[in-house]
Formats: sequence, structure tokens, C-alpha cells
Amino acid sequence: MLIRYLSQIGRYFLMLKEIFNKQTKWSVMKKLIFKEIDDLIIDSLGIVCFISFFVGGVVAIQTALNLTNPLIPKYLIGFATRQSVILEFAPTFISVIMAGKMGSFITSSIGTMRVTEQIDALEVMGVNSLNYLVFPKIIALLLYPFVIGISMFLGIFGGWLAGVYGGFTTSDDFIMGAQMEFIPFHITYAFIKTIIFAMLLATIPSFHGYYMKGGALEVGKASTVAFVWTSVSIILFNYILTQLLLGS
Amino acid sequence: MIEVKNIEKSFGDSKVLKGVSTVFETGKTNLIIGQSGSGKTVLLKSLLGIHAPDSGTIEFDGRVYSELDPDEKRELRTEIGMVFQGSALFDSMTVAENVAFPLKMFTTDTGSKIQDRVDFVLKRVNLIDAHKKLPSEISGGMQKRVAIARAIVNNPKYLFCDEPNSGLDPNTSTLIDNLIKEITEEYNITTVINTHDMNSVMEIGENILFLKNGVKEWQGTKEEIFVTDNKAIVEFVYSSNLFKKVREAYLKG
Repeated sequence: MLIRYLSQIGRYFLMLKEIFNKQTKWSVMKKLIFKEIDDLIIDSLGIVCFISFFVGGVVAIQTALNLTNPLIPKYLIGFATRQSVILEFAPTFISVIMAGKMGSFITSSIGTMRVTEQIDALEVMGVNSLNYLVFPKIIALLLYPFVIGISMFLGIFGGWLAGVYGGFTTSDDFIMGAQMEFIPFHITYAFIKTIIFAMLLATIPSFHGYYMKGGALEVGKASTVAFVWTSVSIILFNYILTQLLLGS
Repeated sequence: MIEVKNIEKSFGDSKVLKGVSTVFETGKTNLIIGQSGSGKTVLLKSLLGIHAPDSGTIEFDGRVYSELDPDEKRELRTEIGMVFQGSALFDSMTVAENVAFPLKMFTTDTGSKIQDRVDFVLKRVNLIDAHKKLPSEISGGMQKRVAIARAIVNNPKYLFCDEPNSGLDPNTSTLIDNLIKEITEEYNITTVINTHDMNSVMEIGENILFLKNGVKEWQGTKEEIFVTDNKAIVEFVYSSNLFKKVREAYLKG
């Protein structure tokens, strides 16, 4: 069992190396990158905006409901919402959600190409299929921090709306809390995590789709396995990066 | 010409190819036949470089595949056209984009030059009206013809077809067989077809390799298949009454 996991990890790193070998012609690659930006980034914006807005609102309400002591100032609602959204919710939990949304899309599209011999067709023609299929996804996901930026903004905005119009705090208190003791490095930390998660989101589902064997049923299984492993990797890297960047 | 010399291939404990040697000739339709599990697909995939043989060599006009460096292998692969069993068309691309794909990837041709070549090969396979359709919008027979168009668009030296008639009606099968034979002669290509279809054997089998349990059991032409006394191939080819009667009629003259 352990040997099997180790050999899969080794195979994953060999895949990463192969992705950057023998580049596809730029005129072809350019179109693939734009298509992946559309499929992975643009198509994800709707769900990211929806989830961020409402979860931000829920964070604000939950914080307000738990501040029962009258000595605790109401501006802490804004402070807690900002910290939760910027440090964890937007970079980490949106990425876990994207492991389901983008990850299953990537695994199933590459897996279907494997099942229908389209990947064999690329290889027989002399195309580096890993570069052709995975490299544009990696480049497209360099735009992933923009998605997370939007998520941060909408999460805090949702918190403000729920806090103020739900009667839990005033607008001035919320904004004061949201600006209080702001550490700019927290934004840097969040975007460093985001870039690492973007690479995991592009490559782990691709790995499971590319090396899958079997038919349509196995494509579904591979998508599920890819979601599990991408989520596990994101959570593990989140812990490691938090320890490294904020722990000292 | 493709020369296969004593190739062996195993998967785990199972030895699939046991020292197969043969020659696939240029300008001829070379057929590989045999029962399921006889090693036909493994032989074809070894020729394509998808499987590396455990021992033995494969020579493409004197170039030993296993001795080529990765760049030379990729270069050689651009000389290969392949028609897959399920056509393997890129389902996100239109018919024209599928056919243009090898040109866009491996030539410096642009715009109108690519368009002219795509029009030419689509006309050659009688599919000039299907340009803008997606693979999912055309029939299985049309998909096979698009796959043939894509395989020949780059003027390949070698054409490989894996079960090109599977799932097709008899008329379309004959059409595909004739198309492959015409193209092979017209462009002087080395064509290797992996097939179960005995109609194809009788129609276009100019050089037939019969594999049994991973061994070359028999090799010859479609005419020789009528007169051979090799028990294994007689049992395989003439297992249907129709072909038995065809053989009897042929032998009676």
C-alpha cells in the first residue's frame, strides 16, 4: 500500500517534468490557454461570488450572535469577518470547493480523452500530450488569485450587508473593525497560498485523468479520487504554509 | 517498408508476442488478423511506439525505432497516420479543425494553405459538406472517414488502422476498405490494418499476417488464403458457411 502511494507520488513528479518538455507551438497553445481561462476561471466566477457573499454574511451573523458580553465592542464583527475571510475562507475553502468544481471538470475531460483514445491519437502524431493538455491549465490558473481577490471582497461585503441590515452592528462599527490592526502581510500570505493551491488544482486532477484506465465508470471514480486527493493536498499545504509563513 | 524482427512482449507473466518477424510492404494494404487475444493489437501498438517491445527490433525504412533519440522518434511519428477503432476525433473541434490539427501542429502553413489542404482531403473522403459539424453530429462511418482524412492530411509515409470497420454496416465497411486501398496506392503508403473483418481480408488483403497465440502462424495474399492447407487459418477464416462456400467456389474455378 505504502509502496503504491510512493510510486504514485513519484509518477506525479515525473508528470510535472514532462509537462514542460517539448512545448506545443505557440500559435496553438495561445488558443488553448484562452479556452482554459474561459472554462476554469470565467466559468467559476458565478459560484465563487455566490458562495463568498453568503458565507461572508453568515460569518458576520455568527460572530455577532456569539458576542453576548456587552463589554465586547461591536466592531469586532467587522474584524472577525475580515480575518476569517482573508486568512482562511477565501484562499483555502474556496480552493476546496474549486477542487470539486474545476477538479472534476479537469479529470473528467482528460479521462474521457484517455478512454476515447484521443490522448493516444495525440501521442501517435508526435504531440507531447501532457504539455498540450496540462500546461494551458497551469497558465490559466495563474489568474486564480484574481478569483480569490474577488472572493475576499465579496465575503467582507456580504458580512457588512448582513451585519448592518440584519441589525447586528452599525456600518461605522463594521468598517472600523474591518480596518483595525490590518497587517498587509496577511494578504501576501493569502496569495502565496492561493498560487500554491492553483498549481495543485491544475495538476492533481490532470494526473488522475491522464493516468486513468478503464471506461466511463472509471472516469467518474477518477473524478472522485481526484477531488479527495486535491482537497487533502490543499488542507495539508494550508497547514504547512501557515506554520512557515505565520508560525514564527 | 516496415520490418519487424523477432519482437517479444510480455505483460506480467503473460507473454503476448513470442518472437514475431514480418515485413509490411510499401504501397500495399498489409493486414494483421487473428482471434481475440492473439496479439494483434499489441503488435500494432508496438509498431506505433505505444508499447516498447521487450526484445527484437522494428525498422521504418531502415530506421531502427528503439535506437532513435526522443526527438527523432517524435519526428518519425509525424510521418505516421493512425485511424483508431473509435475514430478518436477531438470532440471539442469541428470536422475541419480535426483534419487541420496535424497541419497546425507540424507545418509552418497558415490560413488559406491549411484550408485548401483540408478541403482537398475532405473532398477525397467525400465529406466536403461536413466542415463545420462536430464529431458528435455525424455518423460512425463519417467519423471514420474524418479520421482517415486527418491521418492522411500530412502526407504520411505509414498509415495504421485499428479495426477500421468495427460497428459499421456492410456498405460503409466496403466504402472504408476501398478508400484505404485507393489512398495506399495513390500515395504509395505503407498501410497496416488490424482487422477481424473477413470481408476486408477478401477485398483488400494484399499481404496478410495471421497471428495465433502471439506467434506468426501464416503470411500470404488473399489469393493464397483460398488454397492454403494451414489448418489454423482455414479454421479461422472459414468458420462461417458463407466464406466456406466462397472458398469452394474459388477452388472450383
